[in-house]
Amino acid sequence: MEPTKLVKMANEIAAFFAAEPDPKVAAEGVASHLKRFWDPRMRAQLLAWVDGHAGAGLVPLALEAVRAKRADLAPR
Amino acid sequence: MRCADEHDLGTPARKDGKPVTLEVDGVPVTVPEGTSVMRAAAEAGVAVPKLCATDSLEAFGSCRLCLVEVEGRRGYPASCTTLVAPGMKVRTQSKKLAELRRGVMELYISDHPLDCLTCPANGHCELQDMAGAVGLREVRYGTAGANHLEQEQDASNPYFTFDPTKCIVCSRCVRACDEVQGTFALTIEGRGFGSKVSAGGTPFMDSECVSCGACVQACPTSTLMEKSLIEHGQPDHSVVTTCAYCGVGCSFRAEMQGAEVVRMVPNADGGANHGHSCVKGRFAWGYATHPDRITKPMIRRSIDDPWREVSWDEAVAYAASELKRIQAAHGPGSVGGITSSRCTNEETYLVQKLVRAAFGNNNVDTCARVCHSPTGYGLKQTLGESAGTQDFDSVEDADVILLIGANPTDAHPVFASQMKQRLREGAKLIVVDPRVIDLVRTPHVEAAVHVQLRPGTNVAVANALAHVVVTEGLAKEDFVRARCEAPAYEAWKAFISDPKQSPEALADVIGVPAETLRRAARLYAGARNAAIYYGLGVTEHSQGSTMVIAIANLAMATGNLGRRGVGVNPLRGQNNVQGSCDMGSFPHELPGYRHVSDPAVRALFEGAWGVRLHPEPGLRIPNMFDAALDGSFKGLYVQGEDIAQSDPDTEHVQAALRSMECIVVQDLFMNETARFAHVFLPGSSFLEKDGTFTNAERRISRVRKVMPPRAGLADWEATVALAEALGYPMRYAHPSEIMDEIARLTPTFHGVSYEKLDRLGSVQWPCNAAAPEGTPVMHVDAFVRGKGKFLLTAYVPTPERTTARFPLILTTGRILSQYNVGAQTRRTENSRWHEEDVLELHPHDAEQRGIRDGDRVSVTSRAGETVLRARIAERMQPGVVYTTFHHPMSGANVVTTENSDWATNCPEYKVTAVQVALASSPAEWQARFAEFLEHQASLLPGAAPAPAPSAAR
Ligand code: SF4
Ligand code: SF4
Ligand code: SF4
Ligand code: FES
Repeated sequence: MEPTKLVKMANEIAAFFAAEPDPKVAAEGVASHLKRFWDPRMRAQLLAWVDGHAGAGLVPLALEAVRAKRADLAPR
Repeated sequence: MRCADEHDLGTPARKDGKPVTLEVDGVPVTVPEGTSVMRAAAEAGVAVPKLCATDSLEAFGSCRLCLVEVEGRRGYPASCTTLVAPGMKVRTQSKKLAELRRGVMELYISDHPLDCLTCPANGHCELQDMAGAVGLREVRYGTAGANHLEQEQDASNPYFTFDPTKCIVCSRCVRACDEVQGTFALTIEGRGFGSKVSAGGTPFMDSECVSCGACVQACPTSTLMEKSLIEHGQPDHSVVTTCAYCGVGCSFRAEMQGAEVVRMVPNADGGANHGHSCVKGRFAWGYATHPDRITKPMIRRSIDDPWREVSWDEAVAYAASELKRIQAAHGPGSVGGITSSRCTNEETYLVQKLVRAAFGNNNVDTCARVCHSPTGYGLKQTLGESAGTQDFDSVEDADVILLIGANPTDAHPVFASQMKQRLREGAKLIVVDPRVIDLVRTPHVEAAVHVQLRPGTNVAVANALAHVVVTEGLAKEDFVRARCEAPAYEAWKAFISDPKQSPEALADVIGVPAETLRRAARLYAGARNAAIYYGLGVTEHSQGSTMVIAIANLAMATGNLGRRGVGVNPLRGQNNVQGSCDMGSFPHELPGYRHVSDPAVRALFEGAWGVRLHPEPGLRIPNMFDAALDGSFKGLYVQGEDIAQSDPDTEHVQAALRSMECIVVQDLFMNETARFAHVFLPGSSFLEKDGTFTNAERRISRVRKVMPPRAGLADWEATVALAEALGYPMRYAHPSEIMDEIARLTPTFHGVSYEKLDRLGSVQWPCNAAAPEGTPVMHVDAFVRGKGKFLLTAYVPTPERTTARFPLILTTGRILSQYNVGAQTRRTENSRWHEEDVLELHPHDAEQRGIRDGDRVSVTSRAGETVLRARIAERMQPGVVYTTFHHPMSGANVVTTENSDWATNCPEYKVTAVQVALASSPAEWQARFAEFLEHQASLLPGAAPAPAPSAAR
């Protein structure tokens, strides 16, 4: 899938959780949403983007969420 | 004419009155206070003759046929307008009464054509019946005097005729239009002998009439009569079933002659509609027998090959072998399925079961993705269940109705009529909509507040309203303390009290004065009972889910949940949107909204289905298209959906479909998606199968087979055959067994069975040991999730911005006579009301561009361009244009973008930045598409070969 699209989607998820004042809770919200609603191949591609392109284009909260919860987000 | 199988008790039931006991012809009977003597008599088994009374309408007292004697009272009161009193003794028969009634009948008959034998109402005419009942034997006045026998028929409406020569001026039609439908299209013109029924002095077709048919049903004679009944004659039996159009889910009696439908009559016992319907359900069923129906399975290797008609066995075997080949080559996740809200619960359940058990993945999704998926997400997060909280009748107790992004008079007409009844009784209405929808001002209804917001600013509006509620001390703190999670509420309160969320701060974004927003908030929060109703104008946005959450927050904060008259009510688009979601059609959820990652839930289904289930969510529809384009998704089974027309960014969708190796389409017609398909399995209409639909109020109603499937198999049987061919046998003798399996595996359905549905008519889930007869109102003592949860809803503007190049906002919607992609309604006379999709724009925007009404205009967005006819409309606000997507060639979705809701990927149909300009020819897309359609038509069996396409890449 086009990485730009996945990045846009991840950023929009982050925009919702950004309202949460506690950054840790916010990052958990983003990661858990990705885990519960994204097909594993989409998550794998997002992880590859974070690894390969340093997550270019991702807003800090989205990037933080993916990095913090990397193990959870990797497809089973 | 009402359905012959329904007994008419003369006047409406009274629900709440104290019991009153009286005697009718010596028979004691007890009825609620406020009941008419006529109805009490009917309940005692005594039929009083009547003409102007019928139990769907308030008594009128005009015909004087229903006279009775009451002991101790003088004269002969009309039993329809006389109310019962304790100890009353009523006589319905005496010599004097018989004389009086005969006199009345004589007058009627002297002005009535005596052609009963050739009259279409013959045998079911109430005038005829009454002549019999009162023993009319002669008409002393003769029929030679002044009469109405020369008046002309009005056959302008495609579905019914008006023959004034038969009219007895009982006003039932006028009252039906006023009281039941709420359109006020009819009047009695003139007085005395000269009085007659008039549709505002014009033929019906040119009048305000919306063709709901309530007047036709109420008419006791053949004056107003269905054309289908005139053509066929009287039915020989009737079968109760459920409308297959919108989410109201009206119950109907299909009146039949053998296996042919004569007419559809809304069922007075229908829990959702109480005997009312709209033009679609009552009249637009002709598509089921339309010659365009495809009734033979077909296959082809490539979409540029001609179709070949084959047996079911061959078609199913080919589909199965292709899907297996693709999975072998590209992995188990390379195929998937799409279920349809137009199919039954049993059918959608089977398709998702096929995907999960036989394909071995979770790549199943449904058209709710593109309409109400944010409802599922938002209500689950906050209240704990992905469903509306109320039954429709709850609106009868609402004092304030907050209507957001919904246009019920067009999209949910029967519920709109019920809502209008309540508004005429004095409930207040707040409309939040960019357009001046009909409910803002319609006969005897006027919105107290219209928040005419800029499209895309819903969340800002909800936040501003909540800000007023909290900062003006209007929140119901004790409700919140008892029912909701305290820390989450405190966090929300702090968030929403911030002056940044105030109406004053957000007024410019919303485009509505702060004072208007404050008035709306005070009205909503100050009501005893305030109910929110919303539609796709809430969900189909990049912040669709946020808005659903914001709505739930608002209802919780004001204590408007858990009883009648309140609640959060999503108005579902298609008939079975609720049901298809309930049945596990989403890629992350098994039936009953249980996440696939939950090992206990998986174990339950694994035990029942005898397979291992995948623990990870699958692809959603838009993800499927993206995965198709990047080569990891190659095979798709689509039941009853037309993704090529209904999904946004058509060119992207078509490219994705073209890239796939096996698309199996199951449908009534060669729809737009089928033109990209390799296997076509003919579908069955709702008249051809057994099953259930679940409407917007969680009401499960039976769909009953009234004729055999035209293609030999009902849809569920085709799915079973496909599963079998894939090596995963499914054994069901009847859809009732599928429902039994659903009930076994789904806690909210534990108590549902066909036997119970037959007995009760319908039930609203949850239906289980705790609620054996179903649950009209949810969250009564506690929320389904335990404590309600407030979530923070920051307003995030859509990425879709207007610019100098695309200065206008396009928003999309529905109209009454057409349904969704129009595949059904376009194949009926309903098209007389809507022959093409048009672009509505404000006079100011039109003038700036030199556009006049009826001109052809191009609509261009970042995604594409299409050409439509312009209609200049004051109900638009300047800067906002509007269209519908009922016709494939209008290409509204060529223009809509790929933007979608952050949580669910529900497309943002409601906000697209566009430019509009005069156009001289169809858009390039339309020309290419027309060529493609022509080519595809030439590939159908029996078609003449056409030139190869350059087309629709
Ligand atoms: S069909 Fe419906 S809207 Fe039309 S006149 Fe009759 S009751 Fe009124
Ligand atoms: S058209 Fe029918 S319902 Fe209306 S006044 Fe005449 S007889 Fe009565
Ligand atoms: S389309 Fe909707 S409102 Fe109309 S008859 Fe069918 S279910 Fe009822
Ligand atoms: S039925 Fe009572 S007056 Fe007509």
